[in-house]
Amino acid sequence: MDLQLSDDQVLFDETTARFLDTSCPVSTVREWADKEPAGFPLEWWRRGSELGWTSLLVTEADGGGSVSEHGLSDLVLVAEEMGRRVSPGPLLPTNLVASALAASGSPGQRRAVLPGIVSGETIATWCLAEPSSPWDEVRMEATPDGAGGFVLHGSKGPVEAAAQSAWLLVVASVDGAPTQFLVDPTLPGVTVTPLDSLDLVRRFATVTFDRVAVPASAVVGEVGGAASEIERLVQVAVVLQCAEMAGAADHMLGVTIEYAFDRYSFGRPLASYQALKHRFADLKLWTEACLATAQSAASAVARSSGRAAELASAAKSYVGDHAPVVLQDCVQLQGGIGVTWDHDLHLYLRRVVQDAVLFGTPADHRARIADGLGLDSDREDRDG
Amino acid sequence: MADATVGTTSVPATADPAELEAFRLRARDFLAASMPRLTDRSNFDLMREDEDGLRARHLQKILFDGGFAGLCFPRAYGGQGLSRAHQLVFNQEAASFEMPILFNVPTFGILAATLLDFGTEAQKQRHIPAILEGRELWVQFLSEPSGGSDLAGLVTRATRDGDVFVLNGSKIWSSGAHRADYALCLARTDWHAPKHRGLTCFIVKIHQPGIDVRQIKMVNGSDEFCQEFFDDVAIPVDDVVGQVNDGWTVASRLLFHERDAVGGGSPYSSGSGGRGGQGGGRNDLVELALATGRAHDPRVRQLLAEARVNELVAGQLIQRVTTGITTGAFPGPAGSLPRLFAATNSERRADIGLEIAGSRAAAWTAGDPAGLQAIEYLGRQGGSLGGGSNEMQRNIISERVLGMPREYAADKDRPFDEVRHNASPSRTN
Repeated sequence: MDLQLSDDQVLFDETTARFLDTSCPVSTVREWADKEPAGFPLEWWRRGSELGWTSLLVTEADGGGSVSEHGLSDLVLVAEEMGRRVSPGPLLPTNLVASALAASGSPGQRRAVLPGIVSGETIATWCLAEPSSPWDEVRMEATPDGAGGFVLHGSKGPVEAAAQSAWLLVVASVDGAPTQFLVDPTLPGVTVTPLDSLDLVRRFATVTFDRVAVPASAVVGEVGGAASEIERLVQVAVVLQCAEMAGAADHMLGVTIEYAFDRYSFGRPLASYQALKHRFADLKLWTEACLATAQSAASAVARSSGRAAELASAAKSYVGDHAPVVLQDCVQLQGGIGVTWDHDLHLYLRRVVQDAVLFGTPADHRARIADGLGLDSDREDRDG
Repeated sequence: MADATVGTTSVPATADPAELEAFRLRARDFLAASMPRLTDRSNFDLMREDEDGLRARHLQKILFDGGFAGLCFPRAYGGQGLSRAHQLVFNQEAASFEMPILFNVPTFGILAATLLDFGTEAQKQRHIPAILEGRELWVQFLSEPSGGSDLAGLVTRATRDGDVFVLNGSKIWSSGAHRADYALCLARTDWHAPKHRGLTCFIVKIHQPGIDVRQIKMVNGSDEFCQEFFDDVAIPVDDVVGQVNDGWTVASRLLFHERDAVGGGSPYSSGSGGRGGQGGGRNDLVELALATGRAHDPRVRQLLAEARVNELVAGQLIQRVTTGITTGAFPGPAGSLPRLFAATNSERRADIGLEIAGSRAAAWTAGDPAGLQAIEYLGRQGGSLGGGSNEMQRNIISERVLGMPREYAADKDRPFDEVRHNASPSRTN
């Protein structure tokens, strides 16, 4: 967590933490995993939204509002607290759609969708990745129908909370140029097929579009002009993932350290063995580094800094690599109990792996960073 | 007297903006009129060539005569008594000038800072102005060949004989001692006390009969590090710093200043010129990849990005831990976190450099960056050893940040002469 929060942010953070502790401890997460089709009761999400979970990236004019000057700096606090408790809820997809519409939605689109998102009545999700393409490559086509509308054809997935969503924000290509469409999933030709998912309370699906006709009013922003907005939404997604992974790793490391003090072998606590102390030192180092880079990236993206793209990808690379390692080492240090179903460790491991691989793996983000290192100028010169 | 855990509080942090702006203009005029401009080389490159330190002494004298030496040092000792903000302004203005940065670490940031905290009035009057005038370079005599990580277990002895202490033994890993003038030296003065309570800190004139300074040739060809041998060196009682047998207090403060200075936080350092920010400045790995024709190899690009990520995270971690220590969210020993990160990162960087250099790391044309990378790889462990090994940092983190039980110490609270320790140092060759 940011070590320099304002008083208002501390209050906001504590309110969310308290609500999660009372309404949804890990034992409840396990119950909801089995009982709740969405992974959580809709009423619970609505109550969370009352605390501000879905309004931080929406302007006051559209019924939203942030705690600090930059709503994303507040929202990552929620993501981190959710990571600490492996909480359910479509925090990431719903906020991405809210942010996209707040930034480039038409007045009609904002009026139709944002009040429901802000109040927690409506869930929405962003459809970027495709099942058989690199994560950021858009092959799905939107063909102009000649009358101002478009026909969407292709497939998206994994899409989080697709089966629960009243709105889909779909990235498709119009003559090779990325364009975003706001799509009602009940339209003819849209099929949502649930997937098995690693996380027990976050639901995913494949969404197929079989010649789905949408009107011109479905276009969000400019036709063919969504590239920079997509890039921004990826950055927002990545910093939310990093905050959640860092929170999950930090929590489970704390649990494992406690275990090392309480568990005795050969008449000594595990925490007294230098071989283990040194491993804990490394885990502490990596976890603090995860928290540090997650926070720096969030701050840069929240402020639309010129370094946002690099810092977001750096955080995804570092946290996505290290949080799963921290969790696996927690398994090793807690012993066989750590790979049993009844121990909570696997819930955290599932969560960090899910975050690590969606919206670009660490290696994918390193490839992006490499593109910005000035390695290609000679080739461009030659080719040009 | 100073608390070993508190920052350099006597230096004010800020100043009146108008006064600061006036200072900036004065500094700008002075630098333009008096100091040589940096051309395409950095202060760090120039420092490496200044083998005997004469260039740095000359430049420091120019600063002193112009009233721009020791900006944050007290006026009573030849400094300017200004704020950190003044020093930052001066650093900005001086960035494109050749500066005597050889003096920054350890002379200004570590040894002069410790003298200010613990020196007698006479000691400060004698040495601080001389340091600021460029007449005295200082080093620290702490580590010993028999010592390793157990600094307080040192066995160099100082025996009282009338008005002097007689020094015998050996110190090692003092950087640049061959060209320096004075050292702060920690030696054992009471062998019957437990190890931390029998040490005393001395001012030692380096070039005098009875002291033999030898440069140590390192695997990368550098011979900056030195070993010193002491053979009945007489140290006047007036040169004791702090109290007799309380040298550990002085040394702890010195180590605090060392972390501060090496981390770039000392108000006494002046100018850095030609190399900005943390993490080594220009990206030599990218240059290496371009030079070896591997800039488009996806594996190489992954490695370059990883090195870049580590460099960014290193800075972010420093910021987080510094903030945390200031606000009390972290205990002071959390400073070992960025220290361990930097060391392990430097190992990884060496591995990445070697991989990118490829076959040209085995044999190269003179001046090939691949050759430099190969030599750098030989010194891969340097950052994981100097100033406390990674293993010591992991002890500190687990014990003093996470609160885990301390390692067993056979010498705890026992008279040092009853504790088994390594033999007194002798000449190695």
